[in-house]
Amino acid sequence: MRPARQPAGRFRFFPFRLRGGLGPVIGLVFVVLLFAVLGPAPFSSLYNAKTIVTQTVIVGIGALGMTFVIVSGGIDLSVGSLVALSTVVTAVALNALTGSGGAAGPAAPLLAALAGIAVCAACGFLSGLITARLRVVSFIVTLGMMQIARGLAKWLGREQTVMTPVNWLQKAMLVDPEPGWLLLAPGVWLMLGLLALVAVVLKYTVFGRHVFAIGSNAQTARLCGVNVPGRRIAVFALGGAFAGMAGVMQYANLTVGDPTAAAGMELDVIAAVVIGGGSLSGGEGSAAGSIVGALIMAVLRNGCNMLGAPNYVQEILIGAIIVCAVLIDRLRNPRTV
Amino acid sequence: MRGVRKAFGAVRALAGVDLAVCAGEVHGLIGENGAGKSTLMKVLSGAHRPDAGEIALGGRPYAPAGPAAARAAGVAMIYQELALAPHLSVEENIFLGRERSRFGFRRRRRDAVRGVLASLGHSELDPDAPVSSLGIGLRQVVEIARALTARPSVVIMDEPTSSLSAEDAEALFAVVRRLRERDLAVIYISHFLEEVTRICDVYTVLRDGRAVASGRVAETDTAALAEKMVGRTLDEMYPRTPHTPGAPALTVRALRGARLPAGVGFSVRRGEILGIAGLVGAGRSETVRAVFGLERAAGGELEGPGGRSVPAAAQTPRRALAMRLDLLSENRKTEGLAGGLSISANVTLSALRRHTRAGFIRPGRERRAAQRQCRALGIRCRDVSDPAVSLSGGNQQKVALARLLHHGADVLLLDEPTRGIDVGSKAEIYRLIRQLAAGGKAIVVVSSYLPELLGICDTLAVMHRGRMSAVRPVAAWSEQRVMLFAASGRDAADTRIRTGG
Repeated sequence: MRPARQPAGRFRFFPFRLRGGLGPVIGLVFVVLLFAVLGPAPFSSLYNAKTIVTQTVIVGIGALGMTFVIVSGGIDLSVGSLVALSTVVTAVALNALTGSGGAAGPAAPLLAALAGIAVCAACGFLSGLITARLRVVSFIVTLGMMQIARGLAKWLGREQTVMTPVNWLQKAMLVDPEPGWLLLAPGVWLMLGLLALVAVVLKYTVFGRHVFAIGSNAQTARLCGVNVPGRRIAVFALGGAFAGMAGVMQYANLTVGDPTAAAGMELDVIAAVVIGGGSLSGGEGSAAGSIVGALIMAVLRNGCNMLGAPNYVQEILIGAIIVCAVLIDRLRNPRTV
Repeated sequence: MRGVRKAFGAVRALAGVDLAVCAGEVHGLIGENGAGKSTLMKVLSGAHRPDAGEIALGGRPYAPAGPAAARAAGVAMIYQELALAPHLSVEENIFLGRERSRFGFRRRRRDAVRGVLASLGHSELDPDAPVSSLGIGLRQVVEIARALTARPSVVIMDEPTSSLSAEDAEALFAVVRRLRERDLAVIYISHFLEEVTRICDVYTVLRDGRAVASGRVAETDTAALAEKMVGRTLDEMYPRTPHTPGAPALTVRALRGARLPAGVGFSVRRGEILGIAGLVGAGRSETVRAVFGLERAAGGELEGPGGRSVPAAAQTPRRALAMRLDLLSENRKTEGLAGGLSISANVTLSALRRHTRAGFIRPGRERRAAQRQCRALGIRCRDVSDPAVSLSGGNQQKVALARLLHHGADVLLLDEPTRGIDVGSKAEIYRLIRQLAAGGKAIVVVSSYLPELLGICDTLAVMHRGRMSAVRPVAAWSEQRVMLFAASGRDAADTRIRTGG
């Protein structure tokens, strides 16, 4: 009956949990190597690497927000619509700010982006409120929000794309950024910054711990005095805000507000989280995993394009990867059903 | 049945049971929780295979390969949890899995349904009504009707009244009598003695996996049956640590729940271990869960260690924790532990703020606190960052207890603290509970295992159908007296089962 022996002074990089952290990285290395061997020369160029990373930004930022939602045991189907809503709100706000005041200051695009993010956060808050307080499953609530947000975007944009004057936001997604010393597009830096933020929040804050506890076993969380409904609402509001930021990047990419943008993107975002080790039954997932999941899908799309493979091959491959990622996870921990 | 044995691992659930049931009689099977009643019936209904012994049915050897084979042989089981599909109609439920079809279209058998319902005295039931529209009592009738359409010779009912109101139970007794009139053999499992004496003809008492007594119900009475259900020697598992009760730490007044409890009051002092005994379904768990705010109370008042009274209806787990109460859940898997999370996350979850600065967890501090608790409780684990599910049942329970200790509440509500753990871990948990009381904590223990309560508690109360007996020192109770109140609601303070102590 000796007490538990602890390895003294052993440095643990992930004090919380290492399990399942490496799988998605191995997957990413595998697909990169595969295309480097199979593919044409341009795949392996630095420029292409930067392109892939830039193409990851929108899904990646959405996936970071979705990581909170999925770890807490919920799901958010409204992300694609929120991205579109955010592009439209940003564009409309930008036009309003520049139109009334005449010359646009450098602050106008920032305010417009914040407006887009705030509207999406509000939508997420509403989804969370209904999910947590009225106890409707998040699948249904966000399915409704998906339609509502899409409708709002079309209404605000009068069912067409919203043109905007030239502004610095539109440069946020350039593969070769201006100024050149940035090396990567501002959107990529934003994604990396958010990645660090979400990773720290999930692992090292009380909020993050509570999100894991709710996803792992909401009844235990309640027993331990966690404010389960409050945390759930915060999680959905955060997910909405991240979708809003992804939408601002989408706006930067398109340079217009487009109410029909990002149709079906929620499925890419969910797939990224799941490939990255997130469990739809909650309690599992990580920020880095979700970004790696988004990268895997971007690499596949890019590599297939370079090979000249038709679109359907990409779709079949991505579908297979999603199922395999979850299957491998199940084989590793058979306890979860 | 003759010499039926069944063991699960090292646990001997049945140690050679003999049982004879005749057609046209209702055979009551009684015993404490864990005496082996349910296991015996699972053997009969084909869900378990016996390790030894033989069973004969209608003169022929009977060894069902599974529940379907048992049904085909004429043994119908009616489980205590109803197994109906609520969205389907009465008729669809009755013939579920045995539908007859013509050219692939389902054939209606309304007449057969009406016939069987009428034979149970419920001809008013509409075969097309969805089961979800029926009350729980009528659902049970549907369940019995389903069993009868397979033309069984033996019907087994496992605690059929445990979730019924008195009125529904009365209707069920009428159904049971009709089954007897149809010359069926009915095995009626219950731990409510007054039911057994009312509707059974013959009884068998199970204890520790053996049939210890049987006879005609008419020749015995409730008190005698209660005596036969216990009658066990006290194990030497309960070390006495001297402790003296101090000031009241928790007082509960007139606590009522949605259904259970029905007006319960008690008080527990610092340094006191109060046991709550009773049978499954008496409302013991509901009582402590309502005190902790896990189930909404309909009325009543709680007074915590601070001396402040709060209405029980406004209690939530967060408020309870702030009142310095803490609860160990009886259900480790679904509520007590977040199995996927690490041991340390589980230990610190209810008092995580102690290891944070500005909302950020300090991992080193948290880890050391978890390691301290693991050492104090002798939790054997490789590392506190391992997931809690990687531990054995006993160690998982100690992790759940470690969370209570880490939180450091003054009043600990322990619901079935030793359920599903091995004997060694049990003894450690008893020792721990006593040490905690000696350290000045007020402890409430709910348990279905009476010797354990008599062994570790200072005071004891017994519950029966939502009501609680008086709280008395443990020496004023005997097993027989507890069992009598638990099974009949009668307090034998002045009758012949008085203990001299």
